[in-house]
Amino acid sequence: MKSFREMIKGNVRQYGMVIAFVFVVVLFQIFTQGTLLKPLNISNLIQQNSYVLILATGMLLCILTVGNIDLSVGSVVGFIGAVSATFILKMHMPVLPAILISLAIGFLIGSWHGFWIAYVGVPAFIATLAGMLIFRGLTMVVLQGTSLAPLPEGYTFLAAGFLPDIANIEGINLLAIIVGIGASILFILNEISKRRNKKKYSFQVSSPLAFAGKLLAITIVINAFTYALALYRGIPMVLIVVAVLVLIYTYLTTKTIPGRHIYAYGGNPKAARLSGIKTKKVLFWVYANMGLLAALAGIVFTGRLNSATPKGGVNFELDAIAACFIGGAATTGGVGTVIGAIIGGLLMGVLNNGMSIMGVSIDWQQAIKGMVLLGAVAFDIRSRMRAAN
Amino acid sequence: MEQYILEMKNITKTFPGVKALDNVNLQVKPRHIHALVGENGAGKSTLMNILSGVYPHGTYEGDIVVEGEVCAFRSINESEAKGIAIIHQELALIPSLSIAENVFLGNEQVERGIIIDWDKTRIKTIEMLKKVGLNENTETKVKDIGLGKQQLVEIIKALAKDVKILILDEPTAALNDEDSSHLLDLLVELKEHGITSIIISHKLNEVTKVADEITIIRDGATIETLVKGEDDITEERIIKGMVGREINDRFPKRVHEIGKVSFEVENWNVYDPLDVDKHVIQDVNINVRKGEVVGIAGLMGAGRTEFAMSVFGKAYGTKISGTIRKDGQELALHDVSDAIKNGIAYATEDRKSAGLILIDDIKRNITLPSLGSITNKFSIDDNKEIKVGEEFREKLNIKSSSILQKAGNLSGGNQQKVVFSKWIFADPDVLFLDEPTRGIDVGAKYEIYTIINELAEKGKSIVMISSELPEILGMCDRIYVMNRGRIVGELMASEASQEKIMQCIMQSNKGVAV
Repeated sequence: MKSFREMIKGNVRQYGMVIAFVFVVVLFQIFTQGTLLKPLNISNLIQQNSYVLILATGMLLCILTVGNIDLSVGSVVGFIGAVSATFILKMHMPVLPAILISLAIGFLIGSWHGFWIAYVGVPAFIATLAGMLIFRGLTMVVLQGTSLAPLPEGYTFLAAGFLPDIANIEGINLLAIIVGIGASILFILNEISKRRNKKKYSFQVSSPLAFAGKLLAITIVINAFTYALALYRGIPMVLIVVAVLVLIYTYLTTKTIPGRHIYAYGGNPKAARLSGIKTKKVLFWVYANMGLLAALAGIVFTGRLNSATPKGGVNFELDAIAACFIGGAATTGGVGTVIGAIIGGLLMGVLNNGMSIMGVSIDWQQAIKGMVLLGAVAFDIRSRMRAAN
Repeated sequence: MEQYILEMKNITKTFPGVKALDNVNLQVKPRHIHALVGENGAGKSTLMNILSGVYPHGTYEGDIVVEGEVCAFRSINESEAKGIAIIHQELALIPSLSIAENVFLGNEQVERGIIIDWDKTRIKTIEMLKKVGLNENTETKVKDIGLGKQQLVEIIKALAKDVKILILDEPTAALNDEDSSHLLDLLVELKEHGITSIIISHKLNEVTKVADEITIIRDGATIETLVKGEDDITEERIIKGMVGREINDRFPKRVHEIGKVSFEVENWNVYDPLDVDKHVIQDVNINVRKGEVVGIAGLMGAGRTEFAMSVFGKAYGTKISGTIRKDGQELALHDVSDAIKNGIAYATEDRKSAGLILIDDIKRNITLPSLGSITNKFSIDDNKEIKVGEEFREKLNIKSSSILQKAGNLSGGNQQKVVFSKWIFADPDVLFLDEPTRGIDVGAKYEIYTIINELAEKGKSIVMISSELPEILGMCDRIYVMNRGRIVGELMASEASQEKIMQCIMQSNKGVAV
């Protein structure tokens, strides 16, 4: 039997992010004297960070392809906010078509980047740097230098709304509780079937006790989380959006052929090409997808702000990139997970939120986030080097 | 004077889960060429990495004694200070810098502490270029000279550091015969200058030619040391020590039926993608029959790889013209996936950089070109994938801890088996095998040959590209000889010989010279 210490050592990389995340949460829970995990604040945390999480999901795919990044997403967020607000407030379009057309525009913008990167061979860094300038400029052109506000409720619902409750109980949201229980059951069933499969092929599995402990811990976290939401206003609409995205993209990256092709391309583009992978197509779709998700993030962000502003989305690309790298993506490509990027994004979110509650100024927040990014990547690289020796 | 310039005593090195070296002893006499031979994964490279400080003191057990003094190297710099230099298989040169700059990289000739003295750098480089018989300008960029000359530059670089013990890891693996013999002559010459060499090599003919002593390592332990003049040094004798048994026949026999012509390439022309006026492949016509192994012999740079890759869905080249016919049907292959779909596979000569995804595990590498066959609706079936991985690991005897081991951590021979598994799983009818046994030890070579035979027996058509003439002669039913992008000869196995193949090449060269 392996000693506990060895077990921890072997899994530090795998669980490193989670441990770091828990550490940061506990730290700020203490610093903020419990404000961080108050029901109201948890709801806030999700709504505040949802667009970074959406962007991080798309950015992860870009980073998987040989460590490419998309610098344009912040500008695309601003541009889509501006365009969609113009559709609704100036052209008096109904909300739903306005949103759908905006998403389509986002997809086209992504395809534009994908075209230059994949088919012309412009380095991603340059193509998206150009996109960053182009779409920031166009945002200002569309808005003519002013903000557009306020937006109709149908538009802001996605970002700031809550799922309606199924029963009317004073002080608690029944739906949130049910969702929590449902999610934990699904999770447990999924874990058990995975474990059974592993056993079938006689792979090493953790001891039954450790396995039960893990299930229990995660079930408690899920339900504590939904309970906290239930005490406030229930399940934020945008949580559903993010959760669905995480599920879709986790499935896409781990279970489907396109997902496998993305990892293979990132692992070795030459070998991938000689294995029959259409490498240009992979690159193109990764950026087209990023455009679509940037548009979604743009609508969520604009809805939360309830106005489209010329400065909307500035520096968002950096938050998304940082989230991926904190979440364990490799700068050389081919390594990283969607869930890792989400945890990375949440970690940054908690840092932001916690420091804001403590009254740390924005300037210091930036500096501290920078240090965390540096530390996280340095730690990751060190532990990988140790594993190689 | 000490009897040995270098002694490694009872070296034991453990990696997580494996004992790579177990009480290994190595004794090297001064001014000798000492060869270190053994199968891939036997521990040769690990031993040399310990000697050169790549694995620092403390990560292994045992002693290193250099000129009677026990040394504890913590880094490469420390071993270099003691006069030990290692030249790896992958050369550590900067292609865009000049020869002189490369030679003194990290060892710059300086004045006043920080300013590089270029005159001194050049003069010293010229001196050393003469010493190794390399006739090149010091300002020539390394990328503009051939691989053989680059190898010499790497040696000069070591000599510039006043090296006493030169370690060369597979120095001739990528060189042609001429460059190889020049390099080996140089090592013999360097003995006169007081330099001791340790060479790791799979080319046993070279080892028997130049080595004064040969130490054989098998499964992480020293088996024996053969001394020139005392022991019988023959290839057979060394192979016996390496694999622990006698190999009577280096090429397994196959029982197969050669059928109809199944694959034809006609009037094939390809131009260099970087220089569209350069005609790389000219009017090549070849055909392969079912169950036949056809060899393409030729020197490095003859255009064999370029030919195979251009046929494999235009993976190389531009302005490609010609026809490909499979079973009489003309094929239009626009990209690699077209080629794979039409039952054509190409196993690259360069497994590490173009054949495998080193950070991925064995099973994911095997299934990559054929993911469709393990997919239900949209999802990749993990269980099927595991089964496939296990099946090939067993069938091809891939030595690994499990199918979840990363391809990058396998030895060369086992990596090649993964490449083979990958293409066998794709179930092609025509297989191009480009240097299938490069850098692989004798035992694994035999296994690879056996796999090729099995494929031929199943009726696959195989085109084998190899620079090792004995291999081509031992394995192929029919041999095409290629030179300067043209087919310059076609020989049946029964009439072929090394001399005849070289004759074809020489004759075609004459034609060009006139």
